[in-house]
Amino acid sequence: MKTIQTVGMYPVFNRSGKETRATHYCAGCGHGIIHKLITEAMVDLGIQDRTIIVNPIGCSVFGYYYWDCGNVGAAHGRASAVGTAINRVKKDAVVISYQGDGDLAAIGFNHTFQAANRGEHMAVFFVNNAIYGMTGGQMAPTSLVGMKTKTSPFGRDPLTMGYPTHVCEIFNQLKAPVFIARVSVADTKRIMQAKAAIRKALEIQRDKKGYAFVELISPCPTNLGVNALKAAQFCIDQMEKEYPLGTFRDETANAEVRQPVKGKPSPKEFFEDDSHQVPPAVIDPAAKELRLKFTGFGGQGILSLGICVAEAAREERRFTSWYPSYGPEQRGGSAQCSVVISGSPIGSPAVDHPDVLVCMNQPSYERYIGDVVPGGVAIVDSTVPLEVAPPEGVTVHRMPAIDLSLQLGVPKAANTMMLAALMKLGVTGLQREHLLNALYASFKKKPELVEKNRVLVQEAEKWIEENLLK
Amino acid sequence: MTTKFIKGNEAVIIGALYAGCDAYFGYPITPASEIAHAAAKWFPSVGREFLQAECETASLNMLYGAAAAGALAMTATSGPGMSLMQEAISYMAGANLPGVIVTVMRAGPGLGNVYPEQGDYNQAVKGGGHGNYQCICLAPNSAQEMCDLTMKAFELSFKYLTPAIVLCDGLLGQMMETLTLPEREMPRPETSSWAVHGNAETRPNLITSIFLDAPAQEEHNIQLQAKYERMKVEVASEEYLTEDADLVLLGYGISSRIARTAAEVLRSQGYKVGVFRPISLNPFPIDAMAKALEGRRAMAIELSSGQFRDDALMHLSRDAKRYQEIGLCNHMGGIVVSVDEVVAAAKKYMNWA
Ligand SMILES: Cc1ncc(C[n+]2csc(CCOP(=O)(O)OP(=O)(O)O)c2C)c(N)n1
Repeated sequence: MKTIQTVGMYPVFNRSGKETRATHYCAGCGHGIIHKLITEAMVDLGIQDRTIIVNPIGCSVFGYYYWDCGNVGAAHGRASAVGTAINRVKKDAVVISYQGDGDLAAIGFNHTFQAANRGEHMAVFFVNNAIYGMTGGQMAPTSLVGMKTKTSPFGRDPLTMGYPTHVCEIFNQLKAPVFIARVSVADTKRIMQAKAAIRKALEIQRDKKGYAFVELISPCPTNLGVNALKAAQFCIDQMEKEYPLGTFRDETANAEVRQPVKGKPSPKEFFEDDSHQVPPAVIDPAAKELRLKFTGFGGQGILSLGICVAEAAREERRFTSWYPSYGPEQRGGSAQCSVVISGSPIGSPAVDHPDVLVCMNQPSYERYIGDVVPGGVAIVDSTVPLEVAPPEGVTVHRMPAIDLSLQLGVPKAANTMMLAALMKLGVTGLQREHLLNALYASFKKKPELVEKNRVLVQEAEKWIEENLLK
Repeated sequence: MTTKFIKGNEAVIIGALYAGCDAYFGYPITPASEIAHAAAKWFPSVGREFLQAECETASLNMLYGAAAAGALAMTATSGPGMSLMQEAISYMAGANLPGVIVTVMRAGPGLGNVYPEQGDYNQAVKGGGHGNYQCICLAPNSAQEMCDLTMKAFELSFKYLTPAIVLCDGLLGQMMETLTLPEREMPRPETSSWAVHGNAETRPNLITSIFLDAPAQEEHNIQLQAKYERMKVEVASEEYLTEDADLVLLGYGISSRIARTAAEVLRSQGYKVGVFRPISLNPFPIDAMAKALEGRRAMAIELSSGQFRDDALMHLSRDAKRYQEIGLCNHMGGIVVSVDEVVAAAKKYMNWA
């Protein structure tokens, strides 16, 4: 084969291993014309190297036979999602999503719509031929009322099949798109208008101005069952009635140019801060494993109480795990978390038999008190009636955490009272200083609470000394 | 050395960022949402892309697009979302594209509930999409590994150019543990030989999974199978007290942690019990497992119908000499197997008093 000079398109098309200069499109099909218009604009604007075209699934699945630029084949309907990602990770690329009406307006409508709404930086070329070409002439979202197709053999009946979808009109309701136009490739005059619209959409990409959408009315003689001329005439006479041509929006002059993001730290710089560092745990076979369970209502600070104890244990270089109940159970209803403190790597983080149980409401007392191991300790809020007897060998301490915090005017601090009890009764084996530091550290974002809690802890400790330790 | 006390779900994002992940695409779902929350905070903080997609179908097609452009990208989800991702996973495998998918299993089928389960083993390890493909699948069992294995998943995914799945469960995702930050960030993989970067060098590159010619499609499949064969050297596993064991408990992810405690309890009662834990589920550490089980009895602990046990059996049955029975101690529906239950099941299985 003689070599010819081409720009933007390959000189010969490598179609499934066979080299040829004929496209795979039928005579009279609009796809070939649109391919050429895109190629010309790409070359004219000097963006060939930067261009990545997302090929859809449909007749144009083989766009990459022709376009001499980066090509990515997407799953059916997903081209706008694929294009979105390319544009997000390659900000200098010119991204084109090329899609048929089945691909774009049926299976992929939401992806197309959402990408338009986000104003993704890409040009979307929507080839509306009113039919599914590749799969052999089934009804498309854009098929006209009364149109006979393989899946509407008696004509499209809007009562059961809906009406033709007007994508430009729908997208024109969105704020983000910069350019929206409907053009046609049915005759020379129209092709010149289509050429201008395609060029505009690509200029917007070249200049990093945002989202451009061009719908192209395109003939499909094969599946309309007519010759090329009649198919073009159908586009002009029938389709334009339903789909008026025109520019729906052109905000090119006002669109902001996307600027690159600069000056961000690396992950290492970002995560390795200079604040207080807790060294990793060390193996200490002599340390007895301690299993704690914190229970109450959601909103009582049960989960953060558990975290404070875990943080204090970390400070003492223990292996530590914290495991919460979560999901619907956690909202409104009961909340609980398990904390394991150990001298060796922890197996199960779930605590079924606690050494220490902290209980802030009646349902959890009744549910869990029987699980506490002999020799274990339960610290139970004084509002909880002890209708169920604790197992033998379990010490129960009554702590007025809720009442005391109310009296002191900080009703949300009942968990601080419980922490004071854990500290004063010495049941965790952890140092007072570490528990307090963990508590104060938990108010990193609300420093005014540190002082408040210092007072609360003092009061709680005083109460415990006078009532529990006498 | 920096340590943080964080949720497994958050550790995933730290691992991803140290791996050099450029973009996160995701859709919220319990119990994986904290991964998206952490990504939404931390990706932009270090100049990376975060995008909440319109659905999981979109998330994974975005992963496909990002990978096509040579970027490191990830998503995270749970069963219902993972089901929607199968389409694009198959396309990625077919187009030789890398990317990391973290799936935090919850109870199913259908909507199920948000509590921990391991019922998506087959979906992740065997694949739920169409075609002769496999994904790399790694199963962390701690916050540390949620970070480290996410990094590893990126490394392997780019080494073999195929999607990698980090398979975890709601319990691992929600629990907090100490994480020691990775020592260094991963070097950036070279992608210009195959990816489409939008520049002159990569202009001839093409990303697609279509081979219209049946023999060409078969050849492509043969290449894929050869890749999966090469991948087998990446097996990883861990053993605990197996050396003198009479009974070996098998479990991956959170189940291996429960098995560990159960083994300790049984040892304290005088029974010789150990634990074998696959870290990589695909490739499956078949040789290491067969060796750990040789001459011993075995019982699988899992939060599913026995999908993992059946897979272990399938691997053993490929070699008649190795075939053996494996017991099962499990729960489904969001109930976590307790240590007590494992202890009791082990005694029953072994006829220990
Ligand atoms: C998930 C999925 N469903 C169905 C198909 C089959 N399919 C291939 S192309 C197509 C429709 C193409 O029509 P359109 O988007 O209008 O493009 P045209 O062929 O007319 O250019 C369909 C249904 C597929 N490839 N994938």
